[in-house]
Amino acid sequence: MPEVTEAPVEEPRPVSAHVGVRVENVSRSFGGRRGAVQALRGMSLRAAPGEVVAVVGASGCGKSTLLELICGLQEPDGGVVEADPAVLMPQRDLLLPWATALDNAALALRARGVGREEARAAARPWFARFGLAGFERSRPAQLSGGMRQRVAFVRTLLAGKPVLALDEPFAALDALTRQEVQAWLAQALREAPRTVVLVTHDVEEAVLLADRVVVMSPRPGRAVAELEVALPQPRRRTDPAVVALREAALRALGAGS
Amino acid sequence: MSGLLRRVGGALPALAIVLALIGAWELYAAGGAVDSLLLPAPHEIAEALWRDRALLWDNFLVTAGEVLLGIVVAAVAGLGCAVAIHLSPTLRRAVYPLLVASQTVPIPIFASLLVVWLGFGLAPKLVVIALIAFFPIAVTTLDALAGVDAEQRRLMRTLDASRLRTFRFVEAPAALPGLFSGAKIAVAVAVIGAVFAEQSGSDKGLGHLVQQAVPQLLTARAYAAVLILSAFAIALFGLLSLAERLALPWAFEETRGGRSR
Repeated sequence: MPEVTEAPVEEPRPVSAHVGVRVENVSRSFGGRRGAVQALRGMSLRAAPGEVVAVVGASGCGKSTLLELICGLQEPDGGVVEADPAVLMPQRDLLLPWATALDNAALALRARGVGREEARAAARPWFARFGLAGFERSRPAQLSGGMRQRVAFVRTLLAGKPVLALDEPFAALDALTRQEVQAWLAQALREAPRTVVLVTHDVEEAVLLADRVVVMSPRPGRAVAELEVALPQPRRRTDPAVVALREAALRALGAGS
Repeated sequence: MSGLLRRVGGALPALAIVLALIGAWELYAAGGAVDSLLLPAPHEIAEALWRDRALLWDNFLVTAGEVLLGIVVAAVAGLGCAVAIHLSPTLRRAVYPLLVASQTVPIPIFASLLVVWLGFGLAPKLVVIALIAFFPIAVTTLDALAGVDAEQRRLMRTLDASRLRTFRFVEAPAALPGLFSGAKIAVAVAVIGAVFAEQSGSDKGLGHLVQQAVPQLLTARAYAAVLILSAFAIALFGLLSLAERLALPWAFEETRGGRSR
């Protein structure tokens, strides 16, 4: 039977007004069935407030663990994790099947004790902005994958935290939908800038969306390369600069393994 | 409307089988192959139903009252146990084995002992019914709670939800289908429990009526009472199914992946 998790105690984090994300020389292991699994070793990452940092790496290199450390869901075994309050957008949309799309998005507020009507009123304007107008009362099973991810993103935004930790948010979408949603995310971040740590296995997505791309080695994960993406938005996949950066990142990915 | 017609139409094959069985029974019994005092024919049972309707009705009300009260007690106890065990690992270790052990008590014998202690009134019957009926509710609800997606619970943590809020928004609604499954089993066994309890010591109720009618060779009346008990259990089951549809509209909607229930 799974253990019941306790709610996090409000511990004072060493947070100044805007620290962004600072991960320094962090290690983290788990006791697996066949002995300890070291997810991260000597991992470092910086994200200035308002910056979008993409983390790319092969599956199992510790990317999800990194996000959980940033969000305070886990404590590192070694090293320092310092971050503004962060909210995690997990890989699966995790929408509650019995609630409407609006109530699902409003869940971020209700979780903190906001009343039902107030939470719904706060969520409603985001639906129009993200092309979900008219679907407020639909249930997740009636929505497409792309729409569900957008609802999950509204929920993530409504948590009102300065740092967004996105765990492969578009992995489950088909190529066409993914392109749409990527463009829409870039637009959304332009309108409401936050510090974003985006984990993805899609190198091209990283180059399209981020200000910086960090390449991770396979397990135990650590940063092996960092690429500046100083290109203006909107970016297109066919831009030569984008293509060049993508190739550079792929090379670093291959070299690190 | 067409949905209703479709559902009624769907019941036709079952209805046809029932009618065929009744027909065969009628032929066998009325044809003289067996004494009507040993196995009454369906038409004799129907006559007894009509003839003894006042008696049957009065006793039905008594049994129905026991069953309904017993189910309420069972539901409260079962839900309470499931939630408490789910929220507290210590309670789980302490209480779960007792939960299972409670079902090993042989009910007919236990019911008699209860009558010795608590008398001929409502109390021993409530205990028996609650004992039998709370177990399916507790177990299915507990399993449903435990089966809630762990990632969804973690999501609530990232949204800074307290344990209670996580329970309220994620675990409780997710466990409702399990609760209904358990409740459906519970109503079926509750009726059986009521009959056992009455037969161990009672001066009214349909179970008591059957117990009295058999030695008096009023077999048709006994069968009529059994028929009423079955119909009652089926009706309760149907009511629960209806309540389920009202409480869980999302589980019955046409979705992209087809219906889940």
